[in-house]
Formats: sequence, C-alpha cells, structure tokens
Amino acid sequence: MPDIFGVPVVVLLGQIMLGLINGSFYAVLSLGLAVIFGMLNVINFAHGAFYMFGAFVTWLCLSYLGLNYWASLIVVPVVVGAFGVLVERLALRHLYRIDHLYSLLFTFGLALAMEGLFRYVFGSAGKPYPVPEALTGIFNLGFMILPIYRAWVIVASVTVCLLVWLVIEKTRLGAWLRAATENPSLVTAFGINVPLLLTLTYGFCVGLAGFAGVLAAPIYQVSPGMGSNLIIVVFAVVVIGGLGSIGGSILTGLALGVIEGLTKTFYPSGSTMVIFVVMVLVLIVRPAGLFGRET
Amino acid sequence: MTERRLTVANLHSWYGESHILHGAEFHVNRGEVVTLLGRNGAGKTTTMRALMGVLRKRTGTATLDGHDLLATAPHRIARLGLGYVPEERGIFSSLTVAENLVLPPIVRSGGMNVAQIHDLFPNLKGRDRIIGTRLSGGEQQMLAIARILRTGADFILLDEPTEGLAPVIVEDIARALGTLKSLGLTIILVEQNIRFAVANADRHYVMEQGRIVNEFTNEALKADMSRIDAYLGV
Repeated sequence: MPDIFGVPVVVLLGQIMLGLINGSFYAVLSLGLAVIFGMLNVINFAHGAFYMFGAFVTWLCLSYLGLNYWASLIVVPVVVGAFGVLVERLALRHLYRIDHLYSLLFTFGLALAMEGLFRYVFGSAGKPYPVPEALTGIFNLGFMILPIYRAWVIVASVTVCLLVWLVIEKTRLGAWLRAATENPSLVTAFGINVPLLLTLTYGFCVGLAGFAGVLAAPIYQVSPGMGSNLIIVVFAVVVIGGLGSIGGSILTGLALGVIEGLTKTFYPSGSTMVIFVVMVLVLIVRPAGLFGRET
Repeated sequence: MTERRLTVANLHSWYGESHILHGAEFHVNRGEVVTLLGRNGAGKTTTMRALMGVLRKRTGTATLDGHDLLATAPHRIARLGLGYVPEERGIFSSLTVAENLVLPPIVRSGGMNVAQIHDLFPNLKGRDRIIGTRLSGGEQQMLAIARILRTGADFILLDEPTEGLAPVIVEDIARALGTLKSLGLTIILVEQNIRFAVANADRHYVMEQGRIVNEFTNEALKADMSRIDAYLGV
C-alpha cells in the first residue's frame, strides 16, 4: 500500500473511519443544539448532560430492569425527552422573555447539577456496557478492521439526522417550526399552538441527545463526565456550521470528526485543538458560520 | 336581516407602557366590508392586533359570534373563523411560496383550494418553489391574502393591503376583495388609500387617538368626500 506524506493509506483510512464515528456523535448532538437554538433561542448548555443521562439510563435499564440495548434505543430517548419536556415546562419557558443569558446560565447550572448528582450516586468511574450480541464482530474492509457496532453507530446517526432534516425541511410540521422561528406571534394568529410546539421541539431534541447516549454506551465508558467532555466540541461544531443551520450542523459534525481523525494521523498532539482552530478561522472569514445566514 | 358578528366596546390596549387604544367601540355585521380610517398612529393596526391576540395587553370587550375574543387563547382565535393579513404581510423567508400558502391550518370547511386561489391570483401560479420573500411586494400581498382564503376563515382582517403597491396591482387586490365580498365574507379593512376604501367598502369608521370618532355609510362618504378630509387631511 502506498504512503501519503509518510503515512500508510491504511492508517489514514482507519483514522478517517474513527473520525466519522466521533463525527456521528457531533452531528446528532449539534443538530439538537442547532434546532433548539433556532426555535427557542436557547443555548442549551445541558445538552451534554442529557446525553450522559441517556447513557446512564441505558446502563440502568440493563443493570436493574434487564432491558436490552434494542429496547433502550426506544425507551431511553422517550424517558430523556420526557425529562426535557418537564425542564421546558417548569423552568425554561419562564426565561424566554428575558435575556438569552438567563437560559444559558440555567441550562449550564442544570448540567452541573445533573453531573454532580450522577457523580454522587454512581461515582466517577466509568460503567462498562456490553455491545449488543447482534452487533458484535467485525467487518474486514481490507484497509481496516471495523467493529460492526461502530459501523452501526455511523449508519444509525446519519439516518436519524437525515430523517430530522427531512421532517424540518420538507414537511408541514417542519414548515410550522421554521415559520414559528421567524415570527411566532403570526404563526399563533394562524391558529397554531406555538408554546406547545416549543415544548415538543425541546423534548424531541433532548430525546435526540438521549439517543446519542444510548449509541455511546457500548463504545465510551458510561460516566458522569462523558457529556461535558463532548459538549464543548459540539458547541464549536455548531458555531462553525452556523447557529441555527440544521443541515449545516449535520455536515459540519461529520466533517469535523474526519478532520480530527486526520489530525490524529499527521499531528497527533494537535488533534484535541484542531476543531477550535477551525472555529477561529471560520469565525474570522465567515462570522455567521459556514452555513449560517448573515443577518 | 343584519346579523351582528363582531362587537367591540371600550377596547383599551397597550404596547408595553404606552397606552394606544382608549376605548374603541364599533361593530361589524355579517357580510359587511368595514374600514378603519385614520392617520398613522390612530390605533387601526393596534385594533387588529388586539383582536387577534397578537397584542396581549388589552381590556374591554370584543365578541365574535358570541365568543369572547379577549378570553380566548391566541392560538384558538383563528379557529373562530378569524383570518389575519398583517400590514407587513408576514411572508416567511424560510418557506417557499407553496409552504407559505399552506402554512395556516384549515379552520373551517368552505375555504378555497389551491386551484381556485390560482384563478383569483394568477401571479402566484407556477411560483411554488420560490422562496416566499423573493416575490414582489404585490405578489407577497396576494400570497398573504391567499393563504387566509385557503383556511376557510370567514371574517378577515386586512391591514393596508394596498400599501406601497403599483396601481395595476391595487386593481388586482380590489378585484380579489370583490370576489371575497361576493362569497359573503366579512371583512375589516384598514386603509390609507381613501379611494380604495370608498370603492370597496360598505361602512367606514374613523379612528383618532385610539378611539372611534365617527362613522359613515359608504353612500354618505361617496356623496361628500370632503367630510373625511378633516380627519385625514394634513
């Protein structure tokens, strides 16, 4: 096999694949963040905590209820989403009328509280979660060995992202959401219950974070800190893609995962900061983000 | 024979701290086209926004077909058959023409279908996939009216439909208004263009400083246009 800049192609492709897996998580999480920001004007700092919550519920379901992975894939997003609905109804909606900063602070505090609670109850150590039996094993792609579960993560995340994108861009419900983002009072005057729409949107996006948590459980250790590690990168992804751009956040998530993977190959010590370097560069050239609309 | 649909009494409304409506009082009968005339800032648009629940801070009474509008949740007001065409037209820039057209949910049977709407406003035909705000001002106005007609709303609040439009487009809007009237729809029209108002309405209310200060039948106004000049003239 040939080399590229002294790196064997096999290694390169392997890193790209790994990058895509990370990118899948970035995409699902940044999609939720982008939709929440677009619709509710809330910078949802608790998104990482909801993702962690999802992973923990998955682990709890297996450990205490004997609920397997496939059941969790359905149940956990619903449970986490329902929690999101509660958060929106009880707290967030009272903050819409005042400065953005308050909802940001609230969700930030919520994230800290959730993380602290889980650390208190379960300790900091990661909990192992077995890969479901049907997805164990490997694909031998020739250039790399790909665990089936990791391939599943990519397929599942990309499918979910595409479905969400289709619903928002191509359906009537999506048209209501987009219109309500632009002019909520007129949409209300047309007879649409916008507050309900906001609650459901928040619940759905939080459920999406829970879904990412289920996908993550067998790959990463289920631990209280798993969300806060990820969320900072995801925020950078949203900023690069353009706040509020749905399709942009999906593509950016995947692309940045790959860029991160490539950096690991060529300049390993730069891999943890490459996303932030990209963010700075993008902000200098296009302050509204790659896919954002200048206002 | 005349059946009263909307009764407004002692309507007050506020934008934040500023008190705009000071006890507006008027009524609209079934099938009538009634205008609200008056200078800028007289409270015409505010009246519409207060009736639609877009403006929440209001007191007084407003009943539509026996329903208390002020006690109705804003998203339920459209279900009473009230359709709103706002002054700024409210075409959504993130939606295509077709999406804008079908955005408001159907509230009653008897609304127009898309083919009938295209007959009424041929300019909108074949423009489905264009972004709504790429249409010309006149076409956006047509779209704003068209999307309400689709819902089956039978009481329409039209805020300055001719504002800033070329005379030929104003004719199109007038023709559409005539069609709506012949269909038996009830309409409140806010209008600065007094000729347009006289050509298309049955009755006129004059607003000044948040109150209704006079009322004219269309015949009275037609017979003596100078009566209105005192209110609108510079």
